Amino acid sequence: MKLSTSILAIAAASVAGMATAQEMTIVSWGGAYTESQKRAYHDPYSTNTGVTIINDDSAAEAVAKLRAMNEAGNVTWDVVDVVAADAIRLCDEGLALEINADEQLAPAPDGTPASEDFGDLIVSDCFIPQIVYSTTFGYRTDLVGDTPPTDVCAVFDTEAYPGMRSLEKRPINNMEWALICDGVAFEDVYDVLETEEGQEQALAKLDTIKDSVIWWSAGADTPQLLADGEVVMGSTYNGRLFSLIEEQNQPVAMLWDAQVFDLDGWIIPTGLSEERTQRALDYVYFATDTQRLADQAKYISYGPARASSAPLVGTHADLGIEMAPHMPTDPENSKRTFLYNYEFWADYRDDIDAKFQAWLSQ
Amino acid sequence: MAALTPVERAPLSFVVPVVALAGAILGLFVGTANGSGLMGILIGAALLAVVSWAMIVVIKNERVARWGLVIAFAILGFVLGSVPGGLIGLISGWFFGWFTFWLFESRYRMRLLPYLTPRQVLWHYAFRVICGAIFVFLITPILVVIPLSFNAQDFFTFTPEMLRFDPEGYSLKHYEDFFTNNEWQRSFKNSLLIAPIATIISVTLGTLAAIGLSQAHVPGKRAIMAILISPMIVPLIISATGMFFFYSNIGNFLEGTLGMNKTFVGYVKVILAHAVLGVPFVIITVTATLVGFDRSLTRAAANMGADPVKTFFKIQMPLILPGVIAGGLFAFITSFDEVVVVLFVGSASQKTLPWQMFTGLREQISPTILAVATILVVISIALLTTLELLRRRSERLRGMSPG
Repeated sequence: MKLSTSILAIAAASVAGMATAQEMTIVSWGGAYTESQKRAYHDPYSTNTGVTIINDDSAAEAVAKLRAMNEAGNVTWDVVDVVAADAIRLCDEGLALEINADEQLAPAPDGTPASEDFGDLIVSDCFIPQIVYSTTFGYRTDLVGDTPPTDVCAVFDTEAYPGMRSLEKRPINNMEWALICDGVAFEDVYDVLETEEGQEQALAKLDTIKDSVIWWSAGADTPQLLADGEVVMGSTYNGRLFSLIEEQNQPVAMLWDAQVFDLDGWIIPTGLSEERTQRALDYVYFATDTQRLADQAKYISYGPARASSAPLVGTHADLGIEMAPHMPTDPENSKRTFLYNYEFWADYRDDIDAKFQAWLSQ
Repeated sequence: MAALTPVERAPLSFVVPVVALAGAILGLFVGTANGSGLMGILIGAALLAVVSWAMIVVIKNERVARWGLVIAFAILGFVLGSVPGGLIGLISGWFFGWFTFWLFESRYRMRLLPYLTPRQVLWHYAFRVICGAIFVFLITPILVVIPLSFNAQDFFTFTPEMLRFDPEGYSLKHYEDFFTNNEWQRSFKNSLLIAPIATIISVTLGTLAAIGLSQAHVPGKRAIMAILISPMIVPLIISATGMFFFYSNIGNFLEGTLGMNKTFVGYVKVILAHAVLGVPFVIITVTATLVGFDRSLTRAAANMGADPVKTFFKIQMPLILPGVIAGGLFAFITSFDEVVVVLFVGSASQKTLPWQMFTGLREQISPTILAVATILVVISIALLTTLELLRRRSERLRGMSPG
């Protein structure tokens, strides 16, 4: 019994030791992305204020977890990184705090208020934009022969580019790409996708490559499949491809054509104590100022959401390469792009999701 | 070797087809790896048929034939697939040389009883092959992880460098990541904190419950037992959901009304939840050992003036200790491996090792997970070996033979 008493004593001591520092739980997506936030925001913030930041990589289930936490009256998260669509949902349900951009966020160095600096990217009252990322394709340079693809429709061309492809296991983006490659003009895509026939058309186009698709659900899947050479090309977030190509030196190249832009940013949950809310607001004010957003681009190739940050984007912190040409917003990369259509998908998501899943299981 | 059965050489018509069959199996693996299983089978069978015939009929001398085969296969493998190919060639050359003469000289019959029918001999060896195959299927998935954890790349991939045994392809960086990365270190420490305390609680409560339930006069024994072991039977996700709301209320009470620290309350919640999961294992193992416990010993102790507490620690506890330890081990492993409940009940500051592995697998697919898995495998082997050695030692001290 002596042993257990001493273990208990040690345990109590270590718990007490941990409890003295101020702590803050920040939820994000894990991997290289959390690492970039850690280096650009968390570390300087901890040094300045003495607050310990704990990372929780649960952003993928943020909506469900916040609902449950709110119901149980036990919100353990202080700041949450979510995609814009989730922020809109959380805001509608009252699970995220409304932010007054001009009062609660830092102005640009030249005095431009935050609401103008972020511009259209503030898609919801609760959403504090952080980055612009894109979902796009990467391909194995050694498996595509002498004619590397330049067009997104290469994905649907199994004759010119035989082999497996990886696509995300949800209709968003896949339906748009299918329609474009079935001859629908860029600007008409969502008009067509609104109709039953349009949805049928997109699924019929996807059906032509169904046998050579590996469906992914985590952002890390496609890089792993590309590194293994199991797929010839695959869609994923552009930052993952950047790290695969530049940091891991894999024989992979980007196919920027028809990339889909999306936004990612912070929300602060409702139901926090006054003290924690203030701390969260203080953190967000710091982490989304012009310099911090530009700093993040030193570690990962996502575009900063502030207009004033763009000129400050420099070189990669470890590799020393210029980051601007790797940004999805770079003019060379964004000749043909989509902005994720929040309104369309908010209205049609459940319906198209059901059809897509039914088609998948056929 | 002492021969049980006088043997004579097997006919060529038996040896050559059997060796060819084994060659076909090897050919299937090699062929599948190179794109065509069928071609592999055909080439493997033909090659080995010719080789075995040549060794027996042309070369005759066993030593020369077997060494020749090893060298020939090693060179062939090296030409086809450099170092790893050469290694495979070396091993298969040794195996087929041994196998051919094992069959030809009827060595397979020597150690078996003389009256066994051919069918029984066949089953004798088939049984061993099946057992070996089961062992391979159980252990390979664990072993595959180990070389991958030394990967120099950040993917779950055997790179060409690794297959060439090029030192460039290997590195310890994933181990370094585990020992230097804050997230991994925090979760490792959390696991080492939560699992032992939860184990102590579940062993204490579970042993008490088992002893209580073994008394003759307890009413509703079966119902109580069923309730106590229900955490083991109810699907974990359901317990976890229930626990989330239950412990949230307890946590709010401890934090809000009693003003306790948020992090401390977080640990209390996770430890209690894990203790509940561990209790059924302790109850079951201790109940099982109590069946063989002689009640007259407690009466004898009481007769000699020992109070019940002293009787428990001096008489009953040492005798049921194996059950208690086994239950404690299960409880420890349950807590140490548990991911669902801690995801619900814990917050990020209570992140345990399995939680970190789970998110790492979903978001990054980083080989650090494999490095951690390797470390855990080594620790478990060390733990079990120590336990087994201690058990043998105590048996030796008590004058019993091991086993």
